[in-house]
Amino acid sequence: MHIVVPIKLAPDLVEELEIDAGGAALDRTFLRLIINEFDDHAIEQALLLKERGGGQVTILAPDLEGADDVLYTAAAKGADRLIKLTGDFSSGVNCHALARTLSKAIGDLHPDLVLTGVQAHDDLDGAVGPLLAEYLRMPYLGYVAGLTVSDGKCMARKEYPGGLVAEMEVALPAVFGIQAAEKPPRYVVTSLITQAMKSATIEEIETGEFDSGGAAPVERMSRLEATTHAEMIEGSVDQVADKLVAVLRERGLLASRG
Amino acid sequence: MSQDIWVVVETLRGTVMEITYTSLAAGRVLADGLGVRLVAVLLGHNAEPLAVTLGAADSVIYVDHASLADFTPEAYRRTIAGLAKELAPRAILFGHTSMGMDIAGGVSLDLNAPLISSCVRAKVEDGRPWYSSPTCGGKIIAEGPIPDPVCVLTIVPGGYKPEAGRLPGPKEVVRKAPSAALEGLRITLKQYIEPQAADVDIAKEPMLVAIGRGIQQADNIALAEALAQALGGVVCGSRPVVDQGWLPVPRLVGKSGVSVKPKCYVALGVSGAPEHVEGISGAELIIAVNTDPRAPIFNVAHFGTLLSMFDLLPALTEKIRQAPRP
Repeated sequence: MHIVVPIKLAPDLVEELEIDAGGAALDRTFLRLIINEFDDHAIEQALLLKERGGGQVTILAPDLEGADDVLYTAAAKGADRLIKLTGDFSSGVNCHALARTLSKAIGDLHPDLVLTGVQAHDDLDGAVGPLLAEYLRMPYLGYVAGLTVSDGKCMARKEYPGGLVAEMEVALPAVFGIQAAEKPPRYVVTSLITQAMKSATIEEIETGEFDSGGAAPVERMSRLEATTHAEMIEGSVDQVADKLVAVLRERGLLASRG
Repeated sequence: MSQDIWVVVETLRGTVMEITYTSLAAGRVLADGLGVRLVAVLLGHNAEPLAVTLGAADSVIYVDHASLADFTPEAYRRTIAGLAKELAPRAILFGHTSMGMDIAGGVSLDLNAPLISSCVRAKVEDGRPWYSSPTCGGKIIAEGPIPDPVCVLTIVPGGYKPEAGRLPGPKEVVRKAPSAALEGLRITLKQYIEPQAADVDIAKEPMLVAIGRGIQQADNIALAEALAQALGGVVCGSRPVVDQGWLPVPRLVGKSGVSVKPKCYVALGVSGAPEHVEGISGAELIIAVNTDPRAPIFNVAHFGTLLSMFDLLPALTEKIRQAPRP
């Protein structure tokens, strides 16, 4: 069983986001990138499958700031093979371009399973998984939280609103969009990551020109200027707490209890 | 070239999903602006009666086939792409959902059409259709043209009220046979698994204390529990908290969880990602506690504070406990 997990790096939303001078893209000068959180779940699901049924887990990441950290961290958690896609990703890469680039590299790896995060918060042109599946000519199933594999087939738990789950059987090889791993992504201590940096090797695959065809055309980007905004309560802890109690009392929300 | 605006209807076990009505409302704006027809595309098996709530559309295309009785990505995608190749719509609107997102990408590549995701609003200006989509957790809005001759969009809630798209009708139902082959499918539905039984139904709770990523660790949930207890309510949460296993799935608020409508919703360390906000539009009062002044939750909250919840909660809980009741 060969499980491949391609990673997308997405802006860290804890940081301030700026729009560049062109007005149609994020300013990437000081942009801090982190692993797409759903991809973290995809890695975890891959490792859980490997622990249950054996096999090999290969992680791919585009050559961007933070990629080495992501790859070594995956190795420390138990991934077997690390691959970095080299090329000029510096001006950003959309889902279409990334999926096309990944499909060439992943096709050569002959995976049984490809696990991607179901989406990333900065996707504007779909998600990587469904596009990648098309280029690989594999079936795609997304919003998956739980997978079991047997006899060249996969049983996947697909989530619908309200907690309803559809259990679907998918012939392998296939691409899955992971909403959540069966367990929260494991924590790995820094010393193990440092150790992985010494022992693990990152292979490199050179990518050609990016083809962004099919992506949403963006003409303008703006920081959200809300039409409404909360009334912000300033002051000390006591002052804010008093004001909130007053708000609750005015609305009769403390009335029912004694 | 028909150049109609299509909305692909989402159904789950015999019910039309709310996102379909939101998409019909968005599609109406585009169809009226461009002077074309709005068409709802309904797939299923013996499901034609579901067309009765699709009156916002000028026409319903209904495709019946045993393989379309329940949603599976391959059968639905092949059917829709086949129809679109035959009838050449101007735009195809899917929900940005577990169903829509599974097939929008494939349909767009089949049609060689651009793909625009998480569209919240659409408009037609000087004859040119436009989308706007929130991105980066709702902190950024991207806008651009909806390219011709055909484009695929996924729609998120927030821009249009579903009531605007839920109308009796329809004016006509056109039955079509599947124009694509539905054999050799690699994905099959085995069964539905009901949600785990909930100890409380947060959809019915009047007082909710919601925790998000800002709660940081499981031990801190006790602070939220204490506040909830003082308010006579219960604790619920956003996706990251449930994924961590810190709260059971029935306590999840938002797109993949429960839509709530409490009298009071206290959001602690909840950023307000679109997937979460979608589930709290029915709350009468929203109080947000978040140290990030740009957190989108403040755009939907009535009151907010930038204080750390860890500083605020002990004092707030105590004051609520002590507060004189009428």
